[in-house]
Amino acid sequence: MSILTTSTGGPTPVRILAPDGSVPDGYRPPLPDSELLAAYRLMLMSRRVDERAFNLQRQGRLGVFSPVNGQEASVIGSAFALDPTRDWVVPQYRELPAMLRQGYTLERFLLYCMGDPEGNRMPDGVNLLPIQISLAAQIPHAVGLAWGLRHQGRDSVVCVYFGDGASSEGDFHEACNLAGVRRAPVIFFLQNNRWAISTPVSKQTGADSFATRATGYGFPGELVDGNDFFAVHEATLLAVARARAGEGPTLIESRTYRMGPHNTADDPTRYVDPEELEAYRALDPVARVRSFLLEAELLSEELEHRMRAEIEEELAAAVAAAEARGAGRPEQIFDHVYADPPPRLLDQRDAITGEAQ
Amino acid sequence: MATLNMVQAIRATLEREMERDERIILLGQDIGRNGGMFRATDGLQERFGEARVVDMPLAEGVIVGSAVGLACSGLRPIPELQFLGFGSQAFHQIEGQVARMRFRSQSRYPMPIVIRAPFGGNVRTPELHSDAHEAKYANSPGLKVVTPASAHDAKGLLTEAIRGEDPVLFCEPLRGYRLIKDAVPDEDYTLPFGRLRIARPGSDVTLVAWSAAVVVAEQAAELAEQEGISCQVVDLRTLVPLDVEGLAKAVSATGRAVVVHEAPLTAGFGAEVVATIVEHAFSALSAPVLRVTAPDAPYPFSSLERAYLPSAERSLGAIRRVMGAA
Repeated sequence: MSILTTSTGGPTPVRILAPDGSVPDGYRPPLPDSELLAAYRLMLMSRRVDERAFNLQRQGRLGVFSPVNGQEASVIGSAFALDPTRDWVVPQYRELPAMLRQGYTLERFLLYCMGDPEGNRMPDGVNLLPIQISLAAQIPHAVGLAWGLRHQGRDSVVCVYFGDGASSEGDFHEACNLAGVRRAPVIFFLQNNRWAISTPVSKQTGADSFATRATGYGFPGELVDGNDFFAVHEATLLAVARARAGEGPTLIESRTYRMGPHNTADDPTRYVDPEELEAYRALDPVARVRSFLLEAELLSEELEHRMRAEIEEELAAAVAAAEARGAGRPEQIFDHVYADPPPRLLDQRDAITGEAQ
Repeated sequence: MATLNMVQAIRATLEREMERDERIILLGQDIGRNGGMFRATDGLQERFGEARVVDMPLAEGVIVGSAVGLACSGLRPIPELQFLGFGSQAFHQIEGQVARMRFRSQSRYPMPIVIRAPFGGNVRTPELHSDAHEAKYANSPGLKVVTPASAHDAKGLLTEAIRGEDPVLFCEPLRGYRLIKDAVPDEDYTLPFGRLRIARPGSDVTLVAWSAAVVVAEQAAELAEQEGISCQVVDLRTLVPLDVEGLAKAVSATGRAVVVHEAPLTAGFGAEVVATIVEHAFSALSAPVLRVTAPDAPYPFSSLERAYLPSAERSLGAIRRVMGAA
């Protein structure tokens, strides 16, 4: 038994993909090979963005950044269960790969991290709400969005991301309760990464699982190994099917581990036990998928090398494009505050932009 | 043209707008079968169905928070807070989400949401039902704050709010729901935000008020009239946007001003009004600007509210002082 299933006791998370990359006899992934490779490529991209963004931040070229490191299977396994042409993602701030899958761009994400509001403008037609910093506040939005789309006759499903920390907020409870009442087509995707900055999950809840909370709201809860791409993906597929069929919400607890710091301003060596971190490194979600793909002969060293080279190019182009935009303009303070701004605000704009010139 | 009280005018406006635009959906506690605590949605669920007039769980945060998502889906929600005092339990969604989503999303997600909320005192409610919290919402950029004082204005301003693209906190004076009655045209009309109304002409002192306090100011003007003091009463109608020009002009015409409001003194919206007067009409002033407000104490239990709320008599005292008579 791994640390994932024993460290908190209680229910055992569903697991399909073992840490060595093996799957149960006869298991066939529900994704075509091309999608499996696309998912793996996105995992590599995510890891590379984590490294590059950290370096850029240290060089003073980027503001605060929260790496995904360790949660790739959780974020990408769930996102690949959605149909970006009709389903929606409601993110928090550590789900870049899911946002890219929906149609967001790296360039915009870098702009966002550089402090340019334009970076949080989701492209037209992309089914994605903006990045949310007020933890849990996005959960009621997801319920309203799912309900509103259903009200207008669409068969969309909404997947909202949040963490073990955010589950302590009242918004989580109010949103789950309303979703249960309205049978809204929403998936509450709770990434239990064990840490809310430095607060361990043991100080977030007295229960041994978050998934069991679903019972109290009248819908199913699933507990999966969040470092297992297939387990996450299968659980999300089920939740999508349920929501699409009008059967209402699902709560998924994806039990994973934040292998990096909370963000670029955090020093986890102050509070993370290095042995625990090492134990989780052995369960690396990206390495697991890699082993599986190599074993299945879907991936070769050569193909991986090519992927990495492409990623490097894409990332370099995105950094160049974002940096070419330059610093924000003072007008941006005022541009999207109101459709019909108060005259007073326009006077303030003139005063501030006049000074800036 | 019919004579309606304020709650009738609001109900009629909601009905008319729901007929006109099927994207409108009402959310709130007890608004469906019960027709709302004050009957502002009476019969609307029967007329438009449970999908458009939605009884919500008892949770202000998600009543407002789900409205954000409904708006993102393309609908135009009108959530009701049963009392503005309970809005504190939704404040993070109003100030942090509704008011900022347009900016945060750079206009990808406008928030055409009208949050309706009865507020204010003098109707002997239990604790926390009567608070006048408008100032903290006025200090929440991205939001507009509308405070009608007549049935006629309630219809015109609510229609404007519903048809606009910006989020609005629409504050309805609890004690005016039935007491305030006036002539309301049958046809549709809108009143632009940011244009105050001269509720009563006068030449010696300008009384500035909004919502139910306009009635108090009018009563004070009557009392002052008996002493030979002519008071102009200004109804701001909307706090955000504020009619800066109209306010400066009205105060300049008399050279004296008293602000009357139901909220406590410190950091109440009266402070904003006084500062604006000083910035824009200082040279016309012949006396300090005074405020008649509730004290800086929590809204009391009901047997004490008459002493707590600004009255015509207290306002008269301030009028005398700016006239140099006391």
